[in-house]
Amino acid sequence: MPTSRRTPNPVKNRPRAAALASILMGTLLVTGCGSGESENTLTWYINPDAGGQAAIAERCTTEADGRYRIETSLLPSDAASQREQLARRLAAGDSSLDIMSLDPPFVPELAGFLAPVPGDVAEATTENVVEGALAGATWKDELVTVPFWANTQILWYRKSVAEAAGMDMTKPVTWDQLIEAAETQDKELGVQGTQAESMTVWVNALIESAGGSIVTNPEAPSNEIELGLVSDAGREAARIISTIGDENLGGPGLATQNENASLDLFQSDSGSFMVNYPFVWPATVGAVESGTLDQALVDDIGWGVFPRVLDDEAAAPPLGGINLGVGAESDNPELAYEAVQCIVSVENQAEYFVTNGNPPSNTEAYEDPRIEESFPMAPVIRDSLQDAAPRPQTPFYNEVSTGIQQLWAPPGAVNPDTTPEESSDFITAVLRGERLL
Amino acid sequence: MTSAIPAPPAEPTSSPENTPSVKTRSTPEKKARRQYSDRVRAERRLGWLLAGPAFIVMLLVTLYPILQAAFESLFQFRLTTPDEREFVGLGNYAVILTDSVWWRDLGTTLLITIVTVAVELVLGFALALVMDKALKSIKGVLRTAILVPYGIITVVSAFAWFYAFDINSGYVNSWFDWLPGIDENTNWFAQTGTALFVIMASEIWKTTPFISLLLLAGLAQVPGELTEAAKVDGATWWEQMSRVIIPNMKAAIMVAVLFRALDAFRIFDNVFIMTNGAYGTEVLSLLAYRQSISRLEIGLGSAVSVLLFLCVLIISFIAIRLFKVDLAGTQGGK
Repeated sequence: MPTSRRTPNPVKNRPRAAALASILMGTLLVTGCGSGESENTLTWYINPDAGGQAAIAERCTTEADGRYRIETSLLPSDAASQREQLARRLAAGDSSLDIMSLDPPFVPELAGFLAPVPGDVAEATTENVVEGALAGATWKDELVTVPFWANTQILWYRKSVAEAAGMDMTKPVTWDQLIEAAETQDKELGVQGTQAESMTVWVNALIESAGGSIVTNPEAPSNEIELGLVSDAGREAARIISTIGDENLGGPGLATQNENASLDLFQSDSGSFMVNYPFVWPATVGAVESGTLDQALVDDIGWGVFPRVLDDEAAAPPLGGINLGVGAESDNPELAYEAVQCIVSVENQAEYFVTNGNPPSNTEAYEDPRIEESFPMAPVIRDSLQDAAPRPQTPFYNEVSTGIQQLWAPPGAVNPDTTPEESSDFITAVLRGERLL
Repeated sequence: MTSAIPAPPAEPTSSPENTPSVKTRSTPEKKARRQYSDRVRAERRLGWLLAGPAFIVMLLVTLYPILQAAFESLFQFRLTTPDEREFVGLGNYAVILTDSVWWRDLGTTLLITIVTVAVELVLGFALALVMDKALKSIKGVLRTAILVPYGIITVVSAFAWFYAFDINSGYVNSWFDWLPGIDENTNWFAQTGTALFVIMASEIWKTTPFISLLLLAGLAQVPGELTEAAKVDGATWWEQMSRVIIPNMKAAIMVAVLFRALDAFRIFDNVFIMTNGAYGTEVLSLLAYRQSISRLEIGLGSAVSVLLFLCVLIISFIAIRLFKVDLAGTQGGK
């Protein structure tokens, strides 16, 4: 931190100009250090986490033994803002984008700005990788990014509530069962009803679980894209969401409820069932350790696969996670791919899961004995990832997703008879350039 | 606005139309220029030399982007597909102006502008009076205290207000549950009305100090002899206010209203942080942001920005022409 060291001493008789000059010098020095002081420095744009990616960068730098050095640069906190920053930088030809942490839905849009994945890297990094993560890393049947970690939602439940409702939790359950249990037990369901990306995640999971798709031809140009919202699957999804909204089964905060808010609800006395990402486990265990929650709560928590929409068909859980892309304008794409291979190594993925709670995309990493200790639900997560369905893989994902968010939230305003059609017409008009979003 | 109370003896010829600080310009410009003395001309030259560089920089950083946006707005252009750029003329404007979303957002923006500026003007005037009349010993502390909200970064104050009202983390629901309509389950950001209420309250809290400061400057310009004379003539407090002080502050009030109205019309931070435009709280700046930054539709987004700019121009025009605001008037004084 040269700036702090260069801060001038408060010597009284030193002229102010000299102090200003030394601050300026310090700033210049920092800038000098930041931008490519050595040619083998790679910049990795990371999404915020609990420090896991920075630790991996450090480990890989050490292992590289001077061949390259990875510096991390932090992206904004939410996925949409991360995309905005990356898209602007990529479109402007920023050569500092050596390695990027990318959310899978944005891969198709940015694929044209990424350096092609070399054959040997593709082969080495896709072995034993779960199906869902592979699908999310591919665009037009070609691997354009390297799967790093994969996220999915599972069903979390309070054993006491499930027992009182007489549910057999050893088998997959359906949304209708959850709705009925919440009604009879006078409890609330933990779902994400806020007008944000999580709404699209929910809608997509419901439609995919019912055998449909939000976009039926995701690779088409914007004016030819066809939506699958007006279908039995779309109406079924709307029915489930509107029932939870209409009957106030999602709690009073449903209309603004995100993943964290639904965890709060689940941990409260009215908690019953919740669909959410694995981060909730370390968060809850951590809260117990720090004394804000009771151990009894953790003992009462059970888990299973994402609830089904249809009785006889396996659910398609949501898919998230992070893939690594290398910028086409990067000065060192070969070196960057070498670093990517190090980052996604099985050991690093396992370590990242244990320390940061982000599940590996490589099934081999789940063999690590530390994982079962800190994440007893790891096998459920791994199996869910195999069944998980990505969100629409289209370059116009932002339009599709924002359109869904605007018409499918709040859940109480969803109408199974009209919402699928209205949202379909709206998104189609936006994609044709006939409407504002 | 003709004064009903007798004209003060100190300034028997004071015209009721003009505030004391407003200069009258009776001679035509050309004639005046010829009459300028060498000293005036030298001063003018110096003025240009001093202000010139800043003026040029301002042109570069404002005029250039404005022209660029106007140019981009004629194209269908997506940042991620630069090769498919296509000239569409005024097509983008047609899409925007025929879309109900634009008119809905314009309505929301106007509502926020009118309500916040009106409330701020009343509160700001009251605060300015308090600051003006306060005892010398506490004047400094009082001004600092009143100005604190204005010194806070909008994003920070937006988060503070958001967390205060949020159903999960907020304390407002439990503190004010004795009021009708508020209980522990009130979700402020789930309906248009309540969400706009919080957004406007935060906006008012933050920018009232700005208005009160401008009005305080206006109050200081009201000649003391006028109010004293009114007092001697037995005018009540209300009469002094409405017949002497406010008419003499007209320019200051209009400048305050104009500045705040333009600012309020471009509101972004509060809405972006608190609701991100959800549930009918979207404003025009956010609409422009959504097209240009989120959708990366540079053409459509530029068109929204140009329209937003035109709206701002219209507001300025109305304020300056219709209310005859003389922006130079507040600075000079006598």
